Amino acid sequence: MKYVDEFRRGDIARGMAAHIRTLVQPGRQYRLMEFCGGHTHAIARYGLTGLLPENIRLIHGPGCPVCVLPIGRVDSAIELALRPDVILCSYGDTLRVPASNKMSLYQARAKGADVRMVYSTKDALQIARDNPHKQVVFFAIGFETTTPPTALALLQARQEKLANFSVFCNHVLTPPAMRHLLAAGDAVELDGFIGPSHVSTVIGSAPYAAVATEFAKPVVIAGFEPLDVLQAVAMLVEQINAGRTEVETQFSRAVTLQGNDKARERVAQTMTLRDSFEWRGLGQVPHSALAIHPDFAEFDAELRFTLPYRHVADHKACECAAILRGQKQPQDCKVFGIVCTPDNPLGSCMVSSEGACAAHYHYGRFVQGATA
Amino acid sequence: MCLAMPVRISQLLPDDMAVVDMDGVSREVSVALIDAPQEGDYVILHVGYAIGKLDAEEAARTLALMDQLAAGEQA
Ligand code: SF4
Repeated sequence: MKYVDEFRRGDIARGMAAHIRTLVQPGRQYRLMEFCGGHTHAIARYGLTGLLPENIRLIHGPGCPVCVLPIGRVDSAIELALRPDVILCSYGDTLRVPASNKMSLYQARAKGADVRMVYSTKDALQIARDNPHKQVVFFAIGFETTTPPTALALLQARQEKLANFSVFCNHVLTPPAMRHLLAAGDAVELDGFIGPSHVSTVIGSAPYAAVATEFAKPVVIAGFEPLDVLQAVAMLVEQINAGRTEVETQFSRAVTLQGNDKARERVAQTMTLRDSFEWRGLGQVPHSALAIHPDFAEFDAELRFTLPYRHVADHKACECAAILRGQKQPQDCKVFGIVCTPDNPLGSCMVSSEGACAAHYHYGRFVQGATA
Repeated sequence: MCLAMPVRISQLLPDDMAVVDMDGVSREVSVALIDAPQEGDYVILHVGYAIGKLDAEEAARTLALMDQLAAGEQA
């Protein structure tokens, strides 16, 4: 496939890894956080850690949409889904996220709730058109990549006057989460960020400038293919060696300074910044999520239905919170691979392929940090 | 969920829709978020929507740089 295969060539990967080995300074540690689950997945799948010198450590970040969704929000979605007048739609992985009382949206479906898996917001709109006597709620989750499609669905619903459609909005933002990780009292020590690919296609590289300058950390926005990750690592090592803390774009084939204007405008039109939002693992993060814009209040599920929010603690054994903050690894969790597996996830990091626990489970050769 | 993929626009359709080619499989997707989409453009497809264009020149430049880095070290 064009734009994929060329960025997966093994011989080039080995050559680039050799190049990185000549760049690293002995005795220096390079602790690089890959913010995005897409990178976590690529690193695990292609065994990139094994190619890198030992003093480069890759640390997983919280950029996995279903991982950071707090139990309380899934509980609200389940509550909605159990109403007889509601059809609840969401993306596949969301349906498997464990919530309170051993429930998930899948289990709610087994209990008779009408829960539908959709591939696109267009499917959710079609379900609303086909079921005029039901309330059709789209349970919207995801980062800046997934937000513009929700925005377009809101605009379309307005245009068609689809009165039985609404959105339960849980969209979250990347740069505020990065700042929060760095500002936390118990912050993980980092020397730089591998920045998100597709999120940056939408928001551009400009929003990371504040993170780079305020916290003096270099950010290199990288593509999701293995050669992209290796090149970004090389760029970060060079910045760290030179004491530079800049935002650079390795994924220049799809990221510009300002991003996708059309997408950003649609989002600004239909959604508004929340004062604060709870993330699994990170807790309350100020200005880190979007709600439906007051102009689109008629499509806001949080206004249409009463959905009181309750904070619910994670399962006692689950280490997702520390993993999402970069402080622990999946292997540090006592139930990893034993009680908690992708078929039967106990925590959210085991649910989707971008989750750190699921990535470690599927690609076991990824043994970074294991006692060697 | 953020796992999006590059696809080629093979035909533009009305209402901001397009047929894209994914490794020989055709699929209808929305190009409503793309400025002036053209047949032959490569775009990043995510949950049924093209979210950005791929720049062929930039891709070629990145690949050349990768080759150069890798070759220099293997020589
Ligand atoms: S293995 Fe399961 S229980 Fe343990 S941290 Fe990961 S998701 Fe949580």
